[in-house]
Amino acid sequence: MNGKPRSLLGIEPLTPRQIIDFLSAARKMDPKRPRTTLRGRRIALLFYENSTRTRVSFEVAAKSLGASTVVMHASSTSIEKGESLKDTGLTLQSIVDAIVVRHPNSGAPTLLSRILDIPIVNAGDGMHEHPSQALLDAFTILEHKKTLKGLKIVTVGDIYHSRVARSDAHLFTKLGAHVTFCGPEVLLPEEAAQLAPGIRIVRDMDEALTGADVVMMLRVQQERLSGLQINLDEYIRRYQLNPQRVKLAKKNALVMHPGPMIRGMEMTDEVADGPQSVVLEQVLNGVKVRMAILASLLGGRR
Amino acid sequence: MNSLLIRGGHLVDPAQNIDEPRDILIVDGRVTEVAAPGKLQSADKVVNARGLIVAPGFIDLHVHLREPGQTHKETIATGTAAAAAGGFTSVCAMPNTKPVNDSPAITRWMQDPERGAVVNVFPIAAATAGSAGEKLSDFAALRHAGAVAVSDDGKPILDDALMHDALANAARLGIPVIQHAEDTRLTASSPMHLGITSFRLGLRGQPAEAEWKIVERDIRLAEMAGAQLHVAHISTEEALALVREAKQRGLKVSAEACPHHFLFIDENCADYDTRYKMNPPLRTAADRDALLHGLVDGTLDVIATDHAPHAKFEKFVEFDRAAFGITGLEIAVGAALTHLHRARKVPLKRIVELLSTNPSRIVHLDGRGTLAPGAHGDVTIFDSKKRWTYDLSKTRSKSRNAPYDGMEFYGKVMKTIVAGNVVFEA
Repeated sequence: MNGKPRSLLGIEPLTPRQIIDFLSAARKMDPKRPRTTLRGRRIALLFYENSTRTRVSFEVAAKSLGASTVVMHASSTSIEKGESLKDTGLTLQSIVDAIVVRHPNSGAPTLLSRILDIPIVNAGDGMHEHPSQALLDAFTILEHKKTLKGLKIVTVGDIYHSRVARSDAHLFTKLGAHVTFCGPEVLLPEEAAQLAPGIRIVRDMDEALTGADVVMMLRVQQERLSGLQINLDEYIRRYQLNPQRVKLAKKNALVMHPGPMIRGMEMTDEVADGPQSVVLEQVLNGVKVRMAILASLLGGRR
Repeated sequence: MNSLLIRGGHLVDPAQNIDEPRDILIVDGRVTEVAAPGKLQSADKVVNARGLIVAPGFIDLHVHLREPGQTHKETIATGTAAAAAGGFTSVCAMPNTKPVNDSPAITRWMQDPERGAVVNVFPIAAATAGSAGEKLSDFAALRHAGAVAVSDDGKPILDDALMHDALANAARLGIPVIQHAEDTRLTASSPMHLGITSFRLGLRGQPAEAEWKIVERDIRLAEMAGAQLHVAHISTEEALALVREAKQRGLKVSAEACPHHFLFIDENCADYDTRYKMNPPLRTAADRDALLHGLVDGTLDVIATDHAPHAKFEKFVEFDRAAFGITGLEIAVGAALTHLHRARKVPLKRIVELLSTNPSRIVHLDGRGTLAPGAHGDVTIFDSKKRWTYDLSKTRSKSRNAPYDGMEFYGKVMKTIVAGNVVFEA
């Protein structure tokens, strides 16, 4: 696949070129300087799962481009009772120009894109992908590092349940970074190493962090654990990012977290608010990247 | 008197150890004579089988006919029409109907001519009341009503003592317990096999051990009870090895494989294609190859379809939410001939064993699975090489949830005959 993708379903199907195009476009975006690129266009934000930051980020991005937005929240009970995703999509297609969808089931955006002709943006599907988050993570790293090529990026925590970890790993490896996954077996199965080329699994956090350029901390998704037992005390002891551990990484290493962050669990306050943390930059960059995504998928399309 | 002469064909009947040209006469639904070509005089009706293979009617040990209760998916009439088109003269219908077939009344109702079955229907009754896994159903009464086996297909019996009792009760009646081997405690909300593909797709996965651990336990319990165990739709190399070992020890253990498990692997689920979602799930390439090997070497006794029709709105949805199962009655014979006979040089004798001789033996269908004089006049006539393409839009089934559309097969069912009546002609 070359040229512009029609939808953004995930990072995995993208070429490095397409990823770079999104990132370059994002560099020109600024929510404080609104554009009219998408004036008169309507974008549906179809959220089957609670999300504040991603929804707000997409909404601000769409509006900063002059588009109008329709927010649709569907609680899980309304999925059980109501019309199918397919019918919702078909209904929306007749009144909007694109759909940004967040869904608890992996693959839901893929299903929509198979049925509909309008661009679909995956705003997070189940445990599968969260491509706009990976793009904003890469964007944030590139504001501090010249290139991703050769960087050692360590992702720590609940990788199994994390769509961010999957999208990040696809993106980082496609752009030449070395990805290390770190976490306990229940949250990081051995198969994870085969997700993308060159991924390493290191169980010991101190060993994993040594020489890292970027440390990406993930939230333990207790709502998705479904019966898996983890001892939080032990988890914190083994996998919490504290000031001592930050020192194992390179001096100028970045500390990142896709949010929502549970302070005191994944990382201590000192680290979250410390000089190496770029957590807040990630939020601002999220709007820029999402502006770029919407502009490239919808711009010039009528 | 109603007679049918099948002339000019090549009979493959492993039960009689025949693999040569034979003419067959069926009178009033029963085989009366099997003779060298041209020796039999004509009958009311003559079927020309020149250039074709004539086999004892194929028997599918594992189908879901959805009636009573889920006739939006399939009915006994439409399901058996698909069976006839696929070369099956008998089907064994699983009990996960609505209500569950745990009673002699439903067992009889399913066999009532009113249902409009085109081929023979042999109910497999629920092993426990409502397939709830708590209290055994009345096996003797079910057997008397026509059930040929008991199973809680889809809701495996996890309780050791209950499974032991089910096996012991079934053994007293001389019927098998058929188990869908899945430790459901390890497979909650898991729509596919646990492996790199499930990890990549962000889907929860069923570990292979969820299957083989139950097979291991069931074999142990069957041995203790001196019972006959049939393992449904086996999907993992490990479970297959356990069956192989049990057979070597002389236990009454048999197993079936489904076409989809020897055709596809978990990677087919990429892009969330729900046509590849079934239970047990598609496994790895190593598992698929092990199944093919087991079909060749005799570890596997039977090819069964696990024909599982579902309506569009149940199947073509989010992967997690899609119903498990695909239809398969119309392609099973083509799949066996293509992937075993043509690709792996499996002799036709073995193919017929897998599709007729062995399933008949396992559920004790006297007078079926052979065309010896006195047997039922159930015959499958096929071309062992003919190339054809499956057109799903023409299916006889009420549902179209299958990945086989446009797929090419070598080997085609030409005629299906039940009790001396032609019920399907290609």
